[in-house]
Amino acid sequence: APLTDTVPPQVVPGADPSARQLCFAWGPAEVLVCETLFGRAGGAGAAARALTGSVAGTGDGAPSSSHVFVVRRDQDIYIHTLRKLFNESHGIFMGLQRSEEELAGKSRKAQLVQVSKNYRSVIRACMEDMHQAAVSTRDPALQSQYSTQVSILSAMELIWNLCEILFVEAATAGPLLLRLLDWVRLHVCDVDSMVREVLSSESPSKHKLFWNVVDVFVLQGRMDEARHLLSKEASANPASMNMYKILDDLMKKMPVPSLGNTQTLTELELKWQHWHEECQRYLQDGTFASNPHMESICKILLGDEDAILEKKELMTTWYHFLVTRLLYSHPTVKPMELRFYAQSSMDLFLGGESSPEPLDLILMAAFEFEMHQVIKECSIVLSNWWFVAHLTDLLDHCKLLQSHNLYFGSNMREFLLLEYASGLFSHHSLWQLGVDYFDHCPEFGRVYLELHIERIPLSTEQKALKVLRICEQRQMHEQVRSICKIMAMKALRNNRLGSALSWSIRAKDAAFATLISDRFLKDYCEKGCFSDLDLIDNLGPSMLLSDRLTFLGKYREFHRLYGEKRFAEAARLLLTLMTAHIAPCSFWMTLLTDALPLLEQKEVIFSAEQTYELMRCLEDLTAGNPDKQKFQDDDVETTKVEMLRLALARNLARVIVKEGTVEGS
Amino acid sequence: AMEDVSAKFVSQKISRTRCGPCRRRAPAPDVFATGLWDNEDNRISIWSAGDLGNAGLNGEYHGEPHLLCDIQHNGDVMDMQFLDQERIVVASSTGTVTIFRHHQNNQTLSADHRWAKAHYHVDQDTSCGGAACTGVVCNNPEIVTVGEDGRINLFRADQKDAVRTIDNADSSTLHAVTFLRTTEILTVNSIGQLKIWDLRQQRNEPSQIFSLAGDRVPLHCVDRHPNQQHIVATGGQDGMLSIWDIRQGTMPVSLLNAHEAEMWEVHFHPSDPDHLFTCSEDGSLWHWDTSTNVSEKPSFLHQGGRSTAYLSHSTMNQSVVSAWLSNDPTKDRMEITNLIPNQTLSVNSLDVLGPCLVYGTDAEAIYVNRQLFA
Repeated sequence: APLTDTVPPQVVPGADPSARQLCFAWGPAEVLVCETLFGRAGGAGAAARALTGSVAGTGDGAPSSSHVFVVRRDQDIYIHTLRKLFNESHGIFMGLQRSEEELAGKSRKAQLVQVSKNYRSVIRACMEDMHQAAVSTRDPALQSQYSTQVSILSAMELIWNLCEILFVEAATAGPLLLRLLDWVRLHVCDVDSMVREVLSSESPSKHKLFWNVVDVFVLQGRMDEARHLLSKEASANPASMNMYKILDDLMKKMPVPSLGNTQTLTELELKWQHWHEECQRYLQDGTFASNPHMESICKILLGDEDAILEKKELMTTWYHFLVTRLLYSHPTVKPMELRFYAQSSMDLFLGGESSPEPLDLILMAAFEFEMHQVIKECSIVLSNWWFVAHLTDLLDHCKLLQSHNLYFGSNMREFLLLEYASGLFSHHSLWQLGVDYFDHCPEFGRVYLELHIERIPLSTEQKALKVLRICEQRQMHEQVRSICKIMAMKALRNNRLGSALSWSIRAKDAAFATLISDRFLKDYCEKGCFSDLDLIDNLGPSMLLSDRLTFLGKYREFHRLYGEKRFAEAARLLLTLMTAHIAPCSFWMTLLTDALPLLEQKEVIFSAEQTYELMRCLEDLTAGNPDKQKFQDDDVETTKVEMLRLALARNLARVIVKEGTVEGS
Repeated sequence: AMEDVSAKFVSQKISRTRCGPCRRRAPAPDVFATGLWDNEDNRISIWSAGDLGNAGLNGEYHGEPHLLCDIQHNGDVMDMQFLDQERIVVASSTGTVTIFRHHQNNQTLSADHRWAKAHYHVDQDTSCGGAACTGVVCNNPEIVTVGEDGRINLFRADQKDAVRTIDNADSSTLHAVTFLRTTEILTVNSIGQLKIWDLRQQRNEPSQIFSLAGDRVPLHCVDRHPNQQHIVATGGQDGMLSIWDIRQGTMPVSLLNAHEAEMWEVHFHPSDPDHLFTCSEDGSLWHWDTSTNVSEKPSFLHQGGRSTAYLSHSTMNQSVVSAWLSNDPTKDRMEITNLIPNQTLSVNSLDVLGPCLVYGTDAEAIYVNRQLFA
């Protein structure tokens, strides 16, 4: 795991290390753990022996609890509803790697912000699906599982959005606050149902939660909506009309930062100061004294921390409190000042009653611009690598992580991408996605890919072809050879010599082509005819891959010529196969036997010179054979040799007569 | 245009997409089927193609495809083909061939008939004996399948046993099959050969063999021109599109290069065969259009603009040379467009019918284009 020093120990449920020693074996993306036969006191050597035994799944006299635990490092990879997230984000990731680094300044930033938004919209879409699934299922266990996933996805999006504002977009004083407000509005949804209930009631102003909703709007800086609600209340209370008008006016006039550069920060601060004083005046002269609701709203407008904190339940989180506080007391907060307000907001909000959750710490780290801390905490807390891998990659493209090198591996981006992609490779179907991630890890990606790709089960030829294509495109010759060999071996076992040969031709594996050619020749010797003629007759240039294959092709050609009664050509070819040493020695006897019917033809086919050569071949074979002893013992062989000698002698006699006659005439 | 394409992420790797046959007089199919591969659970699904009747005023169609029903399938779906309106034949990596029936009244799927291990290696009885069935083609009631075992099976939908089996028909893997005529089939194999088989003959040998010159690049897919039966298109491992004239020669008439990796499927448009579609492992889907070749064609073909698209070629003068067979098809005669820029993972399958193009990818998405020629 990354940043090892703080990773909490993982407990494997069911394995009891106190009773027996545990052993383990590392896999590409998972660890196998099992209990050994040995108690706590066993020596190192014994443990090593137990390890081999257990991994192999044997082990004599194994105890009753011989479980092997598979410990996966990335659980979420196996959640089916997240496959959409993995697939869609793969597309975004690839787009980002392809994107124009040359784009300057603003347009590059806009591009990166867009990428970040795309990632977030995929998370949201996934969250939506998961939510639908949770609603539609009847199984309570499944339902709670989906709900957990929804909250995890929601937390991921919350963190990502904050990182987008602070790091990717790097919003400056002014716009920063507006972005944070959007962020709070988007993510604090606990009060949404209350808002809906009040707004849809017949007369909202009579609703018991009316003021709560007004407060929610004010706390989130949704002034127009707050004013709209208030106007309803005002029309129901003509007596206090004036008071409403004043508050409405204050809310209307509140200066807010603008996104465009229409006003400078100084202008804004001046206006804001002025407005603040106006609010102060109304509060002090008791304008709202008769209505505690409105008085508290006025206090909020003034940024009164106690008044805001009173609405704790309506804000639900400390970061909402932080943003509300900034809105009403420090609207021009600078990015670097955030950390102070964030820390004090959290302290105030939690009030020592509860300690911060991991999510709080992550957000705090973001507010402190401790990017690495954010990534580290997320790596520890989340049960997937997807989030940190993609976020880190994006931040790296923003050129924010350049300075940071790990004391292991290459750099953080690559480290996390490798972890994520390894997880993908451990999945039955998602391995294809992992390839592209490895491709974009310059230092170790290649090695990882090489190790992982060999472990993909090649269930069909089609799948093998896909894996092979991946290897060929990356010039991974070793893997290409190994895949082709596996497939050729399988085909050979199934007696599919043609398929086997085409696999070894693809890998240009001469040795294997030789092996298969020998199988063909062996078949021929046993059955007396060739199988798979469609292949052998159409070898084409691939015939040159191995000598044996060349011989096979040529030998078949000899048979074709013989079958077509082109004896002279057949004889010449047969002789060449031996004299040019194309045929393996072990096959010479067969070839010589093949010459027999040619020697016995009515018409003389071999010339005198050719006959002498045949004789030399035969003598070479019988003399040079190291198994001479065996040769002589074998009656059939001896008879063959005798028959050949006889046929050759007779042929020689006939050809001398014939050639003599021709010369003589 | 791309905006007419609706995509749906299905969180499953798609190996095959097939348009359902058009109902009588309907301009477009109303359902399509998908098959999966390399998932732990490989299902057959029937989807509603989106309702053409609900076209908005500006002609745009609403609604992404939605699932009507699905059923579990053993092994990877290697190929599949509609037999008729309701039945679909599926080839499995386990060697089994299954006919599924789509019950339209209650939107369910059921297995109608199954030929277990129609393709197998050596010993049919061993558990691992099944060999992947790589291709299936139907001409109701006849079904022909081919496989990694080099075997050709002829089934009839209404008969329990195979009508005919050619064992060891090919010494290498047969990758695809299609009908040439009612009694003849075409197969392509992994050593670059295209073979014609006459099923009337008892001889277990092809009646004709065509093959690629030079390196014997494996062929993965084959389709025949719907009206001019002598024109055959194949796609190979190197992504090359080969056009063959099976009346002459033993080599392809033209070789066209577009894809950078295996071409998984090739389809002539069934009613507008000037258009051809191919998809590939490289993540592209090419539209090959010879209809733009205005100057070279008799003028009567071009009257009425788009309506000529549905003019049957069989009514044409036989002497008109198809644009597919011209000697130099690349020279301004053919317009080719990649319909999926920026896709990274393989497009495993496509099907085209009427104005509808359906394709599926390893990126676990299916796409439907309902206005192909708009």
